Amino acid sequence: MFKDIEHLVRLAIVMALAILLFIILRAVAVPKSFGQYGHYRGAAITEIASRPVALAGRQVCEGCHTDVAAQKKLGSHVVLSCEACHGAQAKHADDPANVTPPKLDTAVVCARCHEANSAKPKAFPQVVTADHSGGIVCDTCHQPHKPNIENTPAESAQTNTSKKKEAKP
Amino acid sequence: MKITRRHLLLLLPAAAVAWKYVEAGTPEAAPNYKLTDHWWGMLIDIPKCIGCGSCVRACSEENGVPDGYFRTWIERYHVADWKIERPDVESPDGGKQGFPPGEIGDGKNFFVPKLCNHCADSPCTQVCPVGATFVTPDGVVLVDKEYCLGCRYCVQACPYGCRFIHPKTNTAEKCTLCYHRITKGLTTACCEVCPTGARQLADLKNPKDPIHEFLRSHTVQVLKPHMATGAKVFYNGMDGSVR
Amino acid sequence: MQIPVEGFMYPNEVELQWSVLIVLYPFITGLVAGAFILASLERVFRVEAVKPTYRLALLTALSFLLVAPLPLQLHLGHPERSYEMYFSPHRSSAMAMFGFVYLWYLMAVLLLEIWLDYRRDIIQKSKTSTGLLRFVYRILTLGSDNISERSLKIDERVGYFITLIGIPSAFLLHGYVGFIFGSVKANPWWSSPLMPIVFIFSAMVSGIATVMLLYMLSSRLRGKPIDIRCLDKIAQYLLYTFIIDFSFEMLDLLQRIYEADESFRSLDFMVHTRLWTSQVIIQILLGTVTPIALLGLTQTLKLTDTVRKRIYAISGCLTIVGIFAMRWNVVIGGQLFSKSFLGYTTYKMGFATREGLLTAIILMLLPFAILWILVKLLPPWLDAESFPASGATPAHGTG
Repeated sequence: MFKDIEHLVRLAIVMALAILLFIILRAVAVPKSFGQYGHYRGAAITEIASRPVALAGRQVCEGCHTDVAAQKKLGSHVVLSCEACHGAQAKHADDPANVTPPKLDTAVVCARCHEANSAKPKAFPQVVTADHSGGIVCDTCHQPHKPNIENTPAESAQTNTSKKKEAKP
Repeated sequence: MKITRRHLLLLLPAAAVAWKYVEAGTPEAAPNYKLTDHWWGMLIDIPKCIGCGSCVRACSEENGVPDGYFRTWIERYHVADWKIERPDVESPDGGKQGFPPGEIGDGKNFFVPKLCNHCADSPCTQVCPVGATFVTPDGVVLVDKEYCLGCRYCVQACPYGCRFIHPKTNTAEKCTLCYHRITKGLTTACCEVCPTGARQLADLKNPKDPIHEFLRSHTVQVLKPHMATGAKVFYNGMDGSVR
Repeated sequence: MQIPVEGFMYPNEVELQWSVLIVLYPFITGLVAGAFILASLERVFRVEAVKPTYRLALLTALSFLLVAPLPLQLHLGHPERSYEMYFSPHRSSAMAMFGFVYLWYLMAVLLLEIWLDYRRDIIQKSKTSTGLLRFVYRILTLGSDNISERSLKIDERVGYFITLIGIPSAFLLHGYVGFIFGSVKANPWWSSPLMPIVFIFSAMVSGIATVMLLYMLSSRLRGKPIDIRCLDKIAQYLLYTFIIDFSFEMLDLLQRIYEADESFRSLDFMVHTRLWTSQVIIQILLGTVTPIALLGLTQTLKLTDTVRKRIYAISGCLTIVGIFAMRWNVVIGGQLFSKSFLGYTTYKMGFATREGLLTAIILMLLPFAILWILVKLLPPWLDAESFPASGATPAHGTG
């Protein structure tokens, strides 16, 4: 009787061995921290959290550049993070002598925030550069760290976009 | 050849040894930061966004985001009067260099920053076949790039389009809520540089976080609430036309 | 490579995620399921007429099933990590669970059924062949050479049982693929409870058509006469299955059009423009309506054998093209529109790239190469003299 099902028994053994092999390989291959917090490699959390920081943060900048910090306090850009314009500077903060941030082109940098756009909140200071300055670069008149210009006629320093727009056909 | 008792005597101990390895391995040493103390989200104040793109640039630098892909981006909406179901939307290079000057038409215009919503009931983690993307105990959806197969199922499953495949690592990638920063007490890169405070990191488990008062006193929405993803990025002042 | 975009798409959506290889994958697994269902018609439902195609259908299913993982592997960003799906499957992921459905179907259903059905022939060949071939056959015997009447009867019983389990397994195999798409709530083109049903029935249609064509082709190549009764029966089953499949697809379409939810306008525009040729012309008109009409003719009119054979051949080819187009329209179509419902992108298919057209063509030809080898190794023909005469004749398969 057994002889007639022997081939099936052999098959069952082959399958059992395959399953055993699977279990052994699995034990070897699945990373140790898998399942620590959930269905994932727990070590991944540590790995991701240990990425080096690229933005130093304004406190770090102001730690050395105290003069700029003081200047900013006098104007509207006090709220602005240094790296919003200067880009990520953690590398510079770590090695100020050898890593220096490039000089910025104010025509590009300032326009991103302050070029007039109908989607920007109305109360936000914005100008049509062509009308406002005739195309000369912003830092000709404005000091970026203290951008407000005191004692100037309302026309040039505080050009109101909506006023200008009304004049156009 | 018949199976004998001798065969079994060899197989059983081998199986027992193997089983010991099958049980979960030793846990990693826990970092100083306590995972269970936090439940991260973000607040985006749409009336404050000026579409300057500082967030997109900062994120790109902080996280080494490849060109043409975006962990965060800004959309500019133009809604012509009552045509709420048909807004005009654009996002030139994700808003990375800001937006070109826009003409005023009839209707309203505004910017909407977008990012991964770090969903509490995240559909992307649900579909990942291997557990390479997951929700951490502190509420951040992350991708384990050492484990990801690059099958792209998660990219398909995300209703918000915030995922992509990194062209160099061939693994899934997306906003990590600057996990490497927030676990050190810093804020995210995008929130750090936002000039108007339109983006603010929120720790929903911290009773002192201003998000709680804000949520109670403002009208907020999440994106695609009908998807029931448990999104944790809250938008103040979001128009009904926002997709 | 600039991808042309119309309207607005979320910036990360512009590039398609799933390529033609992912179109190929459901197409191939569909053929497997369909071929198997045809085989089980004979085994379980005792449809005597299709007996000549029983073994051929099984071998066809196996050839395609062996190739099925290849498009997936070529598509993965890290194919070397694909073992993770078996060692740490995420139980909430349809894709992960499908790995086990595939494995189950391959090991416990298809291979087992083929082995049991061919066992007598394998043992005979292990005794009569020489060289490497003899070695191969000896391995396949698993060391047992018992072909007594009783053992063969036991094989028959076990084989029947396996086919019985095999039918729902085949449905599960391809229904699962449908579920992988149908369960993605983020994508309204995919998200539908009908998706697994439509996939199953279109799989059956493509599988039946493939076996039918292979039977006709192999008979022609071998210079043997075609069993017209067998062919008529297969064509009949093809027609019935096709009508059911078409009904489900039309139901999905009509419901969508009627309900017109937020995605409808965008999807409708996409079908009318980017998917017009592949969906309306190729899938629906040429690939579904025409074969159904032609097959319907053979059932209603009295036509000569020759004319019927011609119609079957044409219908079979159109069917396969149509079902491929259906997979294309689901997979590629589902990625052409933006989830903002405000824009569309374009699929740029490479040629000689890892996921390009050439790769797809090679992958489609590979199963036929494997089938050729299998047919040489385990001849499926009823009329063959390739097996030495023996005493006992099993209930089906060889003659």
